[in-house]
Amino acid sequence: MSRGDGPLLSLENIYKFFPVRKSFFVAGTLRVHAVDGVSIDVPAGKTVGLVGESGCGKTTLGRMAIRLIPPDAGRVVFEGRDITTLAGEELRRIRSKMQIIFQDPYSSLNPRMRVRDIVGEGWRVHGIARGAEAREMAWRLLRRVGLSADAADKYPHEFSGGQRQRIGIARAIALSPRLVVADEPVSALDVSVQAQILNLLRDIQEEYGMAYLFVSHDLRVIRHVSDTVAVMYLGKLMEVSPAEDLFREPIHPYSRSLLSAVPMPGGALREKIVLSGEIPSPIHIPPGCRFHTRCFMAQRMCGEVSPLLRECAPGRYAACHFV
Amino acid sequence: MAAGATSMFRDFLRRLLKNRLAVAGAVVVSFLFVVAAYPSAFARHDPSRIDVRKILEPPSADHPLGTDELGRDVLSRMVHGARISMEVGFVATGIATAIGLVVGLIAGFYGRWVDGVLMRFVDIMLCFPSFFLILAVIAFLGPSIINIMAVIGLTSWMGAARLVRAETLSLKERDFVSAARAQGAGNLRIIFRHILPNALAPILVWATLGVAGAILVESSLSFLGIGVQPPTPSWGNILTAGKDNIEFAWWLSVYPGLAILVTVLGYYLLGEGIQDAADPRLKGR
Repeated sequence: MSRGDGPLLSLENIYKFFPVRKSFFVAGTLRVHAVDGVSIDVPAGKTVGLVGESGCGKTTLGRMAIRLIPPDAGRVVFEGRDITTLAGEELRRIRSKMQIIFQDPYSSLNPRMRVRDIVGEGWRVHGIARGAEAREMAWRLLRRVGLSADAADKYPHEFSGGQRQRIGIARAIALSPRLVVADEPVSALDVSVQAQILNLLRDIQEEYGMAYLFVSHDLRVIRHVSDTVAVMYLGKLMEVSPAEDLFREPIHPYSRSLLSAVPMPGGALREKIVLSGEIPSPIHIPPGCRFHTRCFMAQRMCGEVSPLLRECAPGRYAACHFV
Repeated sequence: MAAGATSMFRDFLRRLLKNRLAVAGAVVVSFLFVVAAYPSAFARHDPSRIDVRKILEPPSADHPLGTDELGRDVLSRMVHGARISMEVGFVATGIATAIGLVVGLIAGFYGRWVDGVLMRFVDIMLCFPSFFLILAVIAFLGPSIINIMAVIGLTSWMGAARLVRAETLSLKERDFVSAARAQGAGNLRIIFRHILPNALAPILVWATLGVAGAILVESSLSFLGIGVQPPTPSWGNILTAGKDNIEFAWWLSVYPGLAILVTVLGYYLLGEGIQDAADPRLKGR
């Protein structure tokens, strides 16, 4: 596959388990099924929104996409190249093309480093620039993300949450990556600041042409930024649709219930679907369709056969027996 | 929140100065530094000048803390002994801190079997009654000041290692470490640029308390006669002489004993003060 054709990033049947400390009375090892067989493509220059309840594995998936944590099974293909088992120097070299923006603007910046060293770390690591040149580049970068140049010599604790997130964004784009995983980049911020940061992310995408894998639990944010939306539940994808289609008419019963919970400006009024019960434990995943314990459409076969993600309408995929 | 680049340090200093006990400790420690740096400014007599006409004289104007069993001036001997104590305390703690940092960083960062092996080694070291270990080693190698420093350092690093390991374990899960990894930073860079600088505050507290401990061990060794050897003065070996003459020369036991007490207390108060002032959990962001 040549570089131009395929998607920028392909996750192919990715799994991630976390072992749980074994109890004396339980035979065998218990595992949290954080990501349970997910395949998804991120096209170059586009934004794929990943939405789901907390604990559904979306953050884990995002970290595997840029090889921050290794998948237990499946393949990560970046620019047509399998990077699943890449290590050492080769892995470090490819890291400059894939970056991440974190949720928590406090723990994501080293409190003992000056801002110019934080945003310029990648330049130093990859031998791109240092000294006066790096300082110059840091000033330009900081102004680009809406901070003043004198921010370069300060420490992170001298900034507000929104400003810190701008520093995190500057760090992520410093190496002009082709893919940025945005892991809940605005959920720790005030609503007014959220809009500013979202606009900044959009402007930067237009300018640099990078793709976003945008992880969020906030449907309004997802709608604002995404070209394609993937809905995740307990480690599996329930639906993948173009954003417009999904928000106009969700296919999967889980997507439908999620969307009915959020009043959308301009959206048609939907009947509210209230899910019963709690989200099941990711250690003991229900057999069959993992959503059947809470689904308003569930039939007998849902508890026995796990539905596959299949194309239900042109360009739209859902994992449900009855749509 | 916005302020100068040093505002974090200024905050820390302000909290430290509000704590009266910590200030008292800082005064004691600073005073000891001055004494150790300029002993001749505080001692009028040569600490090793023997004067048989003045054996065991009680405190007087000429000898404010009296004289010892060889007629030497106790004040002068204590002032020069302060230097020895400080040297031993700092060098021994420096050795312990360095070992603790290396072991703790490696164990905490690499985890798995590396962590298991290193921490079991720490457990084994902690099993030895360290004072008897020191006694045995010194008896074997001979009591020079260098040996004392080295042996105290080599037997007291385990606390530092555990502390640094715990800090490393929590720091390496922080997002800024993931960010550095995503930037392509290697393990060494992550350890030295991201983890070590953030683990220094607690280790500083540990080291301050460690100096007090090392001074105490040195005094004990000298008291037992296998530490600093006469005629080099040390608070511990002055006490030894005091023990032999305690019935008729109280000043020979009381003053060096007080010096040790006040010194150790000073370091403890300062260390605890630094801890309270630096602890972000009490700060309430």
